Amino acid sequence: MASVCFYFQVHQPYRLRRYSVFDADPYYFDDYKNAEICRKVATKCYLPGNRLMLDLIQRHKGRFRVSYSISGVAVDQFLEYCPEVIDSFRALVNTGCVELLGETYYHSLSFLYSREEFRHQVNSHKAKMQEVFGYQPRVFRNTELIYNNDLAHYVQDMGYAGILAEGADYILGYRSPNFLYRPLGADRIKLLLKNYRLSDDIAFRFSNRGWSEWPLTAEKFGRWVNEVNGNGFVVNLFMDYETLGEHQWEDTGIFDFMSKLPEVILEHSDNDFLRLSESVDRYEASGTLDVPHMVSWADMERDLSAWLGNSMQSNALHEIYRLERQIKEKGDPMLLHDWRRLQTSDHFYYMCTKWFSDGDVHKYFNPYDSPYDSYINFMNVLDNIRQRLRH
Amino acid sequence: MRVLMLGWEFPPFISGGLGTACYGLTRAMSEEGVDVTFVLPRAVSGDHTTHVRLIAPAAVSVKSNGRVKSMLVQQGGQIVSYHIDSLDHVTFVPVDVELSPYETEAEYAARIERLNRIRHTLSQEEMRVLETESRRTDRSICAVDSPLTGQYGRDLLAEVHRYARLVTMFAPRMEFDVIHAHDWMTFPAALAVSRMTGKPLVVHVHSTEFDRSGEHVDQRVYDIERAGMHGAAHVVAVSNLTRNLCVSRYGVDPQKVSVVYNAIDLQDSTVPTGPLTFRKGERLVLFLGRMTMQKGPDYFVAAAKKVLDKMENVTFIMAGDGDMFRRVIERAADLGIGHKILFTGFLRGDNVQKVFRMADLFVMPSVSEPFGLVPLEAMSQDVPVIISKQSGVSEVLTHVLKVDFWDINEMANKIIAVLRHAPLRETLKKHAHFEVRKFSWRDASRSCVELYERLTSRG
Repeated sequence: MASVCFYFQVHQPYRLRRYSVFDADPYYFDDYKNAEICRKVATKCYLPGNRLMLDLIQRHKGRFRVSYSISGVAVDQFLEYCPEVIDSFRALVNTGCVELLGETYYHSLSFLYSREEFRHQVNSHKAKMQEVFGYQPRVFRNTELIYNNDLAHYVQDMGYAGILAEGADYILGYRSPNFLYRPLGADRIKLLLKNYRLSDDIAFRFSNRGWSEWPLTAEKFGRWVNEVNGNGFVVNLFMDYETLGEHQWEDTGIFDFMSKLPEVILEHSDNDFLRLSESVDRYEASGTLDVPHMVSWADMERDLSAWLGNSMQSNALHEIYRLERQIKEKGDPMLLHDWRRLQTSDHFYYMCTKWFSDGDVHKYFNPYDSPYDSYINFMNVLDNIRQRLRH
Repeated sequence: MRVLMLGWEFPPFISGGLGTACYGLTRAMSEEGVDVTFVLPRAVSGDHTTHVRLIAPAAVSVKSNGRVKSMLVQQGGQIVSYHIDSLDHVTFVPVDVELSPYETEAEYAARIERLNRIRHTLSQEEMRVLETESRRTDRSICAVDSPLTGQYGRDLLAEVHRYARLVTMFAPRMEFDVIHAHDWMTFPAALAVSRMTGKPLVVHVHSTEFDRSGEHVDQRVYDIERAGMHGAAHVVAVSNLTRNLCVSRYGVDPQKVSVVYNAIDLQDSTVPTGPLTFRKGERLVLFLGRMTMQKGPDYFVAAAKKVLDKMENVTFIMAGDGDMFRRVIERAADLGIGHKILFTGFLRGDNVQKVFRMADLFVMPSVSEPFGLVPLEAMSQDVPVIISKQSGVSEVLTHVLKVDFWDINEMANKIIAVLRHAPLRETLKKHAHFEVRKFSWRDASRSCVELYERLTSRG
């Protein structure tokens, strides 16, 4: 039995405008650029992607299923800049074959800095999913799949039945990501691990002509999935939704691949597609997994170094969470909302210097020429937040 | 491989990037066993020669890294060639011409006039004493002997052509496989030697007339540059920025132009390192370069004003000399920040190291900078760096801050950020420390030698 579980991440940050030390107004976000990017990605990815998913669900009479996690800040921007995206997600959710996951509203790293803030953001995200889609998430995924034992424990207490993590080799050892696990010390929640080889074959390698398996066809991928039969229950394919049409452009054939894949997978009678909560309900945990340190799905390191790898990043994060008490005591809703939108992990990702010299990574809609520029901009905004606190 | 190098300035008389580049490249070639005959124009005096300095050659006498090993002297005391200690494969051939690499026509004229005035005021006896004295104290490069009796060109162009004539008098008799000439003043000489010997010519473009003069180009200089680039078998540009100029402004075949980036010798620093405190609690921002239009000192002053509107404990140091010196001082005074800007004039040797050790930040606001070596120096001294995007070095540096030279708000924004945020300084320093090690003269020299080999094997 191999159940294929697709989970797509949908997220767009509120990118900051150029904010110099000489600026004094409280308008931090680049509305024009954010609208432009939202609409562009909607046209290239979200809308055609959703059309395709709806078509697949109808074509396979409900046997094709898929899960999404949509950040609160993405929902807000869709509502403002391209509401048709929200409509198309609603149509998907209404089929009953689509699941929405829980996450932090602001796609933040709050779990690392403030449990109180984390809880608040998870709950506001939950409320948003209910309000916009009439959906109650049962499975949780933390920002960028950041995960450890502690998080599992905390999220279990918040009532979630499942939680996602990267199936990194160094946490799995000899074990396979194709089973469900029990987080150490949390026996009411199940852990779903990303099969990073098969996920990355689609997300990263699909159009790479230097790759020995290029071109990747649905048939070939189907064979790889079938190989899991007997060696696992699930094939968790976790990736950014922007893989479709944005990371992998339409002309790479990614939509055709996705369109073909379900019928190839379903040809084998042992296979099916599951939403993540169905997978949690159907399969037992095959063992306990101890993950004391933070793991994520980012870069080769699969750790926190993409957001906390240099002293600018840790400084910026430290400084923003240091304001929590004062911000909350001040009771200014706009200030609070701005402060929260500044917590979005992308702001810190832009400050990453890890691969900057090679000039390749972290470039996806990165509004900055350099990590230094991004830090300077962020700190100028934060300084203005502090000014507002004083007045 | 034997190279006839028509170069500029050697330590300790380096007044800018051109000399540093010639020295770095030649030293690396010597270490690789390439034989270099280095033809060195021997200007007596720098930009601001005064009577006093001229008759006190001890003030500019040679330091240890330029110790002369052997010397071939003609009858009459004229030095024909000499060798320096650490450069085994290099033969220096000094040529008495009044050329210095950064001089403009007007500056040249003024200097020659000063020289002539000195000649007329000195008696025959004083002249003789001066010459003897200079020969006794100055054992190498900067002999003050013959210039006082020589015949200089009436203008800069004439002097450039006189240099070419002098070089063609001895160079064709020397043995070499390839000619390598640095910047326009050497091009006529190099072209002539190349024609006489049939040896391939490489011209190395460190800056063009467009960099030096903006759009007010001296047509005669442009023509020389163009003739050099077209007459050469190959052109070496110090950046893609410069390469593009060679192609677009001089019409050189792009196939014929390669980029060889400048570099820095890190092992050079024998002086103590580590930060020096300028004044407790006071931050120091440094400008170091010639005060000419090209280097954008006025933008630095404008940005300083903006910074001082926001922060108090900052002092700005402007190290360098040039035709905008007075204007910049006046500008600072007009803006009411004269007391916050220190002008040091031209700095040499240890003082450069010292000012870097005191600085919290180095800014290079160049309007036009074919490469820009000083940022590499700053990085090697662990000083965070802001450079203008209009510089060649900006193509290859990532761990520096970049601004458009005209964007003084952004320049001030970044200066303030560096001064305020220790994590920014630390991250910049940490990465720059590694990045600067990518630039080695050995690599640059190897690129040149590969080029020579390609050119000479063509038959």
